[in-house]
Amino acid sequence: MHIVVCIKQVPATLDVRVDPVTHNLIREGTESTINSFDAHALEEALRLCERFGGKVSVISMGPPQVKDALRKALAMGADEAYLLCDRALGGADTLATAYTLAKGIKRLLPPYDLILCGRHAVDADTGQVGPMLAEELGLPQVTMVKKLECDGKSAVAWRESAEGTAVWEVPLPAVITVGSEINTPRYPKPIGIMRAAKKPLTVWTAQDLDVDEDKIGLKGSPTRVARLFSPERVSHVEMLSGDPEVAAATLVRKLKGNKLLQVQGGC
Amino acid sequence: MQDIWVVAETNCGVLAGGTLELWGKARSLAQSCDGTVTAVLLGADVAPLAAQLAAYGADTVLLAQDPELAQYRTLPYTAVLTELIGARKPAIVLLGATSQGRDLAPRVAGRLRTGLTADCLELILDRDGLLVQTKPSYGDNVMVDIVIPEHRPQMATVRPHVFPLPEKQEGRSAKVEEVSVELEASDLTTRVREIIVEEQQASKLEEADVIVAGGRGMGSRENFALLEKLAHALGGVVGATRPPVDEGWIDAAYQIGQSGKTVAPKLFIACGISGAVQHTVGIEKSKVIVAINKDASAPIFNFATYGIVGDVRDVIPALLQELGASE
Ligand SMILES: Cc1cc2nc3c(=O)[nH]c(=O)nc-3n(C[C@H](O)[C@H](O)[C@H](O)COP(=O)(O)OP(=O)(O)OC[C@H]3O[C@@H](n4cnc5c(N)ncnc54)[C@H](O)[C@@H]3O)c2cc1C
Ligand SMILES: Nc1ncnc2c1ncn2[C@@H]1O[C@H](COP(=O)(O)O)[C@@H](O)[C@H]1O
Repeated sequence: MHIVVCIKQVPATLDVRVDPVTHNLIREGTESTINSFDAHALEEALRLCERFGGKVSVISMGPPQVKDALRKALAMGADEAYLLCDRALGGADTLATAYTLAKGIKRLLPPYDLILCGRHAVDADTGQVGPMLAEELGLPQVTMVKKLECDGKSAVAWRESAEGTAVWEVPLPAVITVGSEINTPRYPKPIGIMRAAKKPLTVWTAQDLDVDEDKIGLKGSPTRVARLFSPERVSHVEMLSGDPEVAAATLVRKLKGNKLLQVQGGC
Repeated sequence: MQDIWVVAETNCGVLAGGTLELWGKARSLAQSCDGTVTAVLLGADVAPLAAQLAAYGADTVLLAQDPELAQYRTLPYTAVLTELIGARKPAIVLLGATSQGRDLAPRVAGRLRTGLTADCLELILDRDGLLVQTKPSYGDNVMVDIVIPEHRPQMATVRPHVFPLPEKQEGRSAKVEEVSVELEASDLTTRVREIIVEEQQASKLEEADVIVAGGRGMGSRENFALLEKLAHALGGVVGATRPPVDEGWIDAAYQIGQSGKTVAPKLFIACGISGAVQHTVGIEKSKVIVAINKDASAPIFNFATYGIVGDVRDVIPALLQELGASE
């Protein structure tokens, strides 16, 4: 099998504020990491390849420092990595990102059996790139998958649904986005880190990708950020004092007053 | 005049609770621009639901019925919706930010090559009639206003339980228009093998009115079971921070926060939770937060509406007693 995993590098901490004067993001610390759901996607790809044989390619679009995330993916066990990196790709929204990733995957990595993404990126939190990528590639999709079985020709995917779980069957190739329930990602071992240094990490520019200039970067993005701001958060806590019994009684009275209690269990 | 569409979500033939608020929001947007509200209803035998959509505020109901649409699947739903949008060109298309809406909306936006904003918390029309979509990012730490200046329709998914449920106006009528459904074989390659209905299910967390969540401060798996009792007594669902998941006291699906679920209940009770940002990003939209923690300086109290400084092993049993629930 050839499995492609889309990886996004995100800030290690989400403790981010907006400067009220400049409206720029103030980040605590500058460390970055692989988007947590993408690590689950990579883990799933590695397990499938351990069972069926084949290779795992990881691909990312972003600035040069994303190489760190790709190196880590190689250390976890991916076979090869691709970084789509060009100033012209900057400012991309989910549509332009999906288009560019699709170009990378389509032109340079076929044939592939499965494309795995995270269910969403924890910074922008959209979960749109996976489905938009599936559309660009003309493949079926299953999103928010918490369990996956695969025989190389088709996949059975347990996805989150309003009722609980929906079990879908899809022919391969397909795009599947995964949640954290699916597995526990491995940590890179020292031997993996050593091997990673020798694995191929290829960087492609917009030119290498043969993209339509109108569909990449800011120009290819239908959405525009009009304003960034911090949500108001003022502490209004009312402390309920006394012994546990007294505090509990006060709380129940308050919640009843707020019409928040429909007590079920009971006398 | 703008035509505002809302895609109705059904599950097993019933309108999804968390998306009904969209009709109220669409109505108020329509009022501010003298526009109309159109509901798109897809399914196999869903015609009887049209009257409910009218009562919630739709002027027109576009009814797309086909046996192949009985259960939600991405590709046939995308085919029908993109066809309708392409032909009728609404200004705005809204869907619920549910497991269905967040699967369908990006596929449709991708096919139409238009803009889509995920998980919106607010929607308004600016002076030029452009839809300003407010979405959270970096957990809920930063808010972003997004506009789609040149592409149509402007699409958004909207987080459930953020807007008030509109008053149901029984007897309000809508024009119901049956549309034809044409599907290709390539739209039907995915099959729904089974729907597993889960009672105390983790995916109910996002819909729950009451959540009783526990953190490392619960101390043990046995103490964690106390939360089940409290949740049961309050008609709610149990949730957790990451440490209890790591300890194996509860399944990972119940984790709330940055790498778990985002919830918005009416009542959230945090038991033995410190209030780390990776957790609180997932609970900020809760209406009332109660924090029980033995450390008076725990950050969770900054988020809480009501705080109790005390040991969960004393306070929770006292609460159960007060609620008349046997321990
Ligand atoms: C990339 C990343 C992603 C993460 N994602 C998530 C996520 O999605 N969700 C999440 O929850 N965390 C997440 N975390 C972890 C997060 O940073 C915190 O470690 C976690 O939320 C802390 O959980 P806690 O409050 O249960 O435990 P602690 O921080 O250990 O707090 C326990 C609290 O219980 C109190 N306590 C102890 N005993 C008692 C008692 N007997 N009675 C009353 N109170 C008591 C203590 O005073 C303390 O305040 C993530 C971390 C990282 C780095
Ligand atoms: N720049 C990117 N490079 C590679 N993969 C990406 C990128 N952006 C998003 N993805 C993938 O798409 C998923 C969803 O991202 P998003 O739609 O931004 O929430 C992520 O978990 C990644 O798997």
